[in-house]
Amino acid sequence: MIKLVNVEKSFGSQVVLNKLNLEIPHGKITAVIGPSGEGKSVLLKHMIGLLRPDRGAVIVDGEDITRMGRDRLNHVREKFGMLFQNAALFDSMTVFENVAFPLEEKTRLSRAEIADRVHEALEHVGLKGVDKKFPDELSGGMKKRVGLARAVLLDPKIILFDEPTTGLDPIICRATHQLIKDTHVRFGFTAVVVSHEIPEIFDVSDMVAMLYRGEILEVGTPEQIQRSTHPVVRQFISGSLEGPIHLV
Amino acid sequence: MLLLVEKLGSLTLSILQEMGRMVNFIIYAFYLIIRSPAKPVHILKQIRFIGAKSFFVIFLTASFTGMVLGLQGYYTLAKFGSEGMLGSAVALSLIRELGPVLSALMVTGRAGSAISAEIGIMRITEQIDALETMALEPCKYLVSPKLLAAIISLPLLCAIFDVVGIYGGYLVGVKLLGVNPGAYFHEMEKSVEWKDVYSGIVKSVSFGVIIAWICCYKGYFAGHGAEGVSRATTAAVVMSSVMVLIWDYFLTSVLL
Repeated sequence: MIKLVNVEKSFGSQVVLNKLNLEIPHGKITAVIGPSGEGKSVLLKHMIGLLRPDRGAVIVDGEDITRMGRDRLNHVREKFGMLFQNAALFDSMTVFENVAFPLEEKTRLSRAEIADRVHEALEHVGLKGVDKKFPDELSGGMKKRVGLARAVLLDPKIILFDEPTTGLDPIICRATHQLIKDTHVRFGFTAVVVSHEIPEIFDVSDMVAMLYRGEILEVGTPEQIQRSTHPVVRQFISGSLEGPIHLV
Repeated sequence: MLLLVEKLGSLTLSILQEMGRMVNFIIYAFYLIIRSPAKPVHILKQIRFIGAKSFFVIFLTASFTGMVLGLQGYYTLAKFGSEGMLGSAVALSLIRELGPVLSALMVTGRAGSAISAEIGIMRITEQIDALETMALEPCKYLVSPKLLAAIISLPLLCAIFDVVGIYGGYLVGVKLLGVNPGAYFHEMEKSVEWKDVYSGIVKSVSFGVIIAWICCYKGYFAGHGAEGVSRATTAAVVMSSVMVLIWDYFLTSVLL
């Protein structure tokens, strides 16, 4: 389980996370929604220790990762997989090499075993015959699927998805959400999905947390969030221009 | 006045902070070389990139440097009737000074800028973050192999530079200006000592460290977007080149 306790983070004078508290339930898909630029990706990066808070604690399975040294943090990170907004594939490697990379570096599997695992993972995300292509030869949706194949390959207990459907057309967006759901059913990991795809994200998630001005405004099931009476949550879900959220 | 002092103080602090980060960075890179060395294939790949692929530019620079030294040396030595010393003048200039420095500057321009840009792009496209999330040490993959490759490649490139430069000087001095070929090589053998070669090796090894260190560091901490990478690359090349020249002076004064 991941727990964020009174997490504060500022970049210069800009406060991004302001005494934020959030609990991510084990084995569920939790969506973090909120307007663009509100610090959703920053929040995600705190969960895996890519960023350290100015104050507060980030507890992963009972251990506060904010005070950990490099080696212990790497040990905790072995529980994680992460799919980045732009997939973050290694652009000098082919699709096969990208997906095989964590296996080559973290396991003692033979080449044949690695190849089998990579092909299986690529098949699971619906990609066949792209092994030899380089990331810049793939579409946005394909890149994200390769990223997902790479993220699940070491069977992580927790997977973080940073806007997995941003920039994709509605059909691929739905297919990606479905893929996340299917993969979750198959592997049973805890997932945190940062997204502003409303209402599609409600179909994917078990829990939804709304982030606004550095704080979690509401946490609940998708149905509870959809029924929320909070004006900010209402405006965000309806996509209305009228309300407390102002365009900067 | 107070504002000026405040600004000066904050500038000093930020410079000290940056220097501290740089020192930490290189110490950690060396520590990783010992604790968890990169796979030989990664190191060989970098030797190919930094070393083998710089061969042509080193060859070209060395031959023309040697030829110019031949011309200038002949012109100067002829004034004293000592044209026979040309081989010794060319060889000592190359082995002690020009070989290590010019090969380092050429590698900075060709490979250093590319190293900085490559790592910078990996930073802004979250590829370095991706390595971290896989519980892998980015420095082990991005910095240590390059550092080791530069330490191995620079002395070899410098040796090539020296030999090609000496033959460049031979071409101009002996074939063009009529210096006695026996005198050219004999004087060279007489005057070049082991300590001259040794100082060239020490210099090029330390230049390798400087180039890999600064270029990797600048790329690793590149700012945002294409502009951030471009700034990092420029800073890497300028800073490496200047540091090579400054360090060369200090080393020369110690090794003389």
